[in-house]
Amino acid sequence: MSTEPTIKYEAVADDHHGGGTGGPSIWNPARWLCSTNHKDIGLMYLVFAMFAGIIGFTLSGMMRFELMEPGLQYFTGEAGSWGDRHTYNVVTTMHGLIMIFFMVMPALIGGFGNYFVPIMIGAPDMAMPRMNNISFWLMPFSFALAVLSMFVPGHGSAHGFGGGWVLYPPLSSLIGHNGPSMDLLILSLHIAGISSILGAINFIVTILNMRAPGMTIHKMPLFAWALLITAFLLVLALPVLAGALTMLLTDRNFGSKFFDPAGGGDPIMFQHLFWFFGHPEVYIMILPGFGIISHIISTFSKKPVFGYLAMAYAMAAIGFIGFLVWAHHMYTVGMGVDLKAYFVAATMVIAVPTGVKIFSWIATMWGGSIEFKLPMLWAMAFVFLFTVGGVTGVVLANAGIDHVLHDTYYVVAHFHYVLSLGAVFTLFAGWYYWYEKMFGIKYNALFGHLHFWFMFVGTNLIFFPQHFLGLQGMPRRYVDYADGFAQWNYVSSIGYMITIVAMLFFFVGLILSMIARKKAEANPWGEYATTLEWTLSSPPPFHQFNELPVVKNEAGH
Amino acid sequence: MTQNARTTLFVIIGILAGMLTLAFYSPVLYNTFCKVTGFGGTTQIATKKPSAVLDRTVRVRLDTNVGAGAKLTFKSVDPVMDIRLGEVGMAFFEVSNPTEHPVTAEAGYNVAPHKAGPYFTKLECFCFEERVFEPGETASLPVIFFIDPEMDKDDTLDDVTDITLSYTYYGVEQDAENQTAHLEPATRQN
Repeated sequence: MSTEPTIKYEAVADDHHGGGTGGPSIWNPARWLCSTNHKDIGLMYLVFAMFAGIIGFTLSGMMRFELMEPGLQYFTGEAGSWGDRHTYNVVTTMHGLIMIFFMVMPALIGGFGNYFVPIMIGAPDMAMPRMNNISFWLMPFSFALAVLSMFVPGHGSAHGFGGGWVLYPPLSSLIGHNGPSMDLLILSLHIAGISSILGAINFIVTILNMRAPGMTIHKMPLFAWALLITAFLLVLALPVLAGALTMLLTDRNFGSKFFDPAGGGDPIMFQHLFWFFGHPEVYIMILPGFGIISHIISTFSKKPVFGYLAMAYAMAAIGFIGFLVWAHHMYTVGMGVDLKAYFVAATMVIAVPTGVKIFSWIATMWGGSIEFKLPMLWAMAFVFLFTVGGVTGVVLANAGIDHVLHDTYYVVAHFHYVLSLGAVFTLFAGWYYWYEKMFGIKYNALFGHLHFWFMFVGTNLIFFPQHFLGLQGMPRRYVDYADGFAQWNYVSSIGYMITIVAMLFFFVGLILSMIARKKAEANPWGEYATTLEWTLSSPPPFHQFNELPVVKNEAGH
Repeated sequence: MTQNARTTLFVIIGILAGMLTLAFYSPVLYNTFCKVTGFGGTTQIATKKPSAVLDRTVRVRLDTNVGAGAKLTFKSVDPVMDIRLGEVGMAFFEVSNPTEHPVTAEAGYNVAPHKAGPYFTKLECFCFEERVFEPGETASLPVIFFIDPEMDKDDTLDDVTDITLSYTYYGVEQDAENQTAHLEPATRQN
């Protein structure tokens, strides 16, 4: 998109913060606690996600170290060990929930979404800045409840909820976990859900009503498109999760029987409700990344993105079909063959718009003069790895094959390829792409590259062997395994150690760049970084677009 | 906020409220859906006998289970019976309470394969009725049923030669203090 905005931004000391262009001092706690500034809130989301990410990453390490060898190493239940077998299940559960609700979603939607969507559409801020504040500040409380749930009784005297992130009853009802841990977790997810819904409402209202003059919906940058669709998915999916969780809560505490067959309820209904939320949720996690990748590939291929409209509507199609395929997570509950046939077909249809996106990214690179800068490496790795995850997804979509692979490591490998190597790679791609813009300093390129290469090798080494383990029948969510699975589990754990080194490079690079403080340019990427954030200084002024930018009409794609 | 933004806001809140209502209404919708379609092996209930009896025979297996909290013995008198489509069958179950306390229990059921659910029709059944079994009592409970002859016309059920009707007796939770609960069920039964 070669939009040509004319922008003036001036320091105007007119805001309720009483600050000037730069806003209040960053050491003033009120700037953060009472913030209504989309950029500050975006940064807080990123810091929060980083913090939660460290905890989620540590939990995954506990699993990988335990699984490095057969038998019980660390979860022996003896004094001084990491806990018992139940604790391992708690670790698995909380790794999933924390990474989804407190790392990927806050970083991509709350972080990059908040920071860049208003700038990209030429708006001064979000439509409801104070609601934005509460969206963020609900998150730490929600996270605190989730972490607390690990340290209170889950079942009997065993601490924490160990029933898996999907929270299926009867494991999540009183039969499976009679302690307060599950109740805390329900409350935590309720609050996280409210936070996300408020954020989603804010995005929709902002994007539909606050675009700069001349920026029609068909000229809007793809990242804004991605966030618009993500926000709609959140509004449609999260209330269903809230409903299911509330029913679980009343089943546990007020004697209702929604999911208890003894009272005429049905535990399968929970699975339907959960996955009606859960499947759109996986697109909620990946769509913002799709938007980021489109901008990066276009910028570094020095070409406008190929098939702009197809890209936008492919995302809309993925979002729409995403609501019609939920029961492919439940092939083994005993549903009829006809129903399975429908869900197989509908699921495979998603490969079509996803294919449109993959091929459009490749077509954008095709014939471009590609620069292999750091964000581009992450983006290209994403395209490759996401395709691997997508292909195994089509394999799993087949009900017949899924009966064999259901709840094996093949599934774990599949969804980590699309999330851990998909969504997380887009996150780092966006991080390095916008690093200068957000922080006003240049990233440390050497450590950035080390981070990338170690992470690329490490995460692939973790998850690729898990395909083999799954095909050999190793089930998920067990603390131990048959000796025959030892070899690839060992390799997988080595991969985790390489990823630890990658994360060290990430943080060292971050610290080094803060020490070096190399001054950022307004637009370090050249003329194909066309979106509005590159027309502003780095970092952007505390309040941008006091005079709205105008997008000229002749701007095409 | 501009007027347009306000309108958008209200529309979104409307969608939100709609989805929330649907989520909480889902148990009702789900039950209705299961009854209408026989989804998940939900059987049908009828008051009239079928008009035709076909030659096709299906083996009906009667499976009995006792859920947590109900200390009962639960058996089917005749666990396997062959029945023609449209023929009315009668099966007896025997429930006895070997304990020294009255046990309040309720039966749930379903049919496997699930796709046979829509054609498995009951005329009389003891399901979903709370019942008190006195100490030492043995009750004989009948189920009168037939398999709808329409099943023969459904191609997807051509492979069905066996249908399992599975019953589970669940204990109905009384108050934590069992002593006081003893008297209550007798008055609640009717």
